[in-house]
Amino acid sequence: MPIFTFREPGWSPMQEMESLQRRMSRLFEDTFGPVSALWRPGVYPLVNISEDHDFLYVRAELPGINPQELEITVHEGNLILRGERKIAGEEKDVNYHRRERESGYFRRVLSLPTRVAPDKVQASYKEGILTVKLGKPEEIKPRVIKVKSE
Amino acid sequence: MTEKELKPKAKEEVPAKVERVRPGLVFLPAVDIFETPEALTLVADMPGVPNDKVTIDIKDNHLVISGEISPLLGEGETMLLQEYRTGDYQREFHLGANIDQARIEANMKDGVLRLLLPKAEKAKPRKIEVKVG
Repeated sequence: MPIFTFREPGWSPMQEMESLQRRMSRLFEDTFGPVSALWRPGVYPLVNISEDHDFLYVRAELPGINPQELEITVHEGNLILRGERKIAGEEKDVNYHRRERESGYFRRVLSLPTRVAPDKVQASYKEGILTVKLGKPEEIKPRVIKVKSE
Repeated sequence: MTEKELKPKAKEEVPAKVERVRPGLVFLPAVDIFETPEALTLVADMPGVPNDKVTIDIKDNHLVISGEISPLLGEGETMLLQEYRTGDYQREFHLGANIDQARIEANMKDGVLRLLLPKAEKAKPRKIEVKVG
């Protein structure tokens, strides 16, 4: 694989740099596994996205949330997750030793890696994990193409 | 108080002291611990842990809470993007000697464990009257 390809005229150093960067990250991924497996700061809630033949799954850890407080929208290839995590106040006479759990609101937009059928979206909440199951439209599902012999 | 916007946090792994039999990562759950004159309450976030996979172990005032998660992916699923890591949870606390271990109550709902640790009679604070005389 050539690292540099000089295209004259109209050669753009910026484009070459970007292309080089893409190739370097591909080389890195091939060697050390996908970069996406590494944690990087994002927007709350952090999500894991997976797929199978028919669906795309978006999961987020949202422990102790009232599912009524969640608002899930699919709009033009984006998934919007909004909601609020409330931690009920304890009685006045309590004294805290630790207070690590946080409450607050969140609003996140995710662009989905594939097209989805907006009428085939389901959301469920179990054991503190939100799962949004998004159906893939028929035309993007992988198909096995048989080779005919003559 | 709830007007705050939530920020993502990386999970903190449990410092390994001994090797575990079950493979995978172990994280420290975020906890709230508060005290009233009658009891100590511990609330821990353990998303992904089913109700029957929580273990609470108390020995010599040493409290260990742990939870095992179910497999993250369903059959035939492949991961496309992973922003958070998944694994079991475990955290240990040293309790004061004043917990009535027979009356401990635990409740797990929506990935949140709530543990009520009632204080033993003798440990409840008493108001001491100062005699004037």
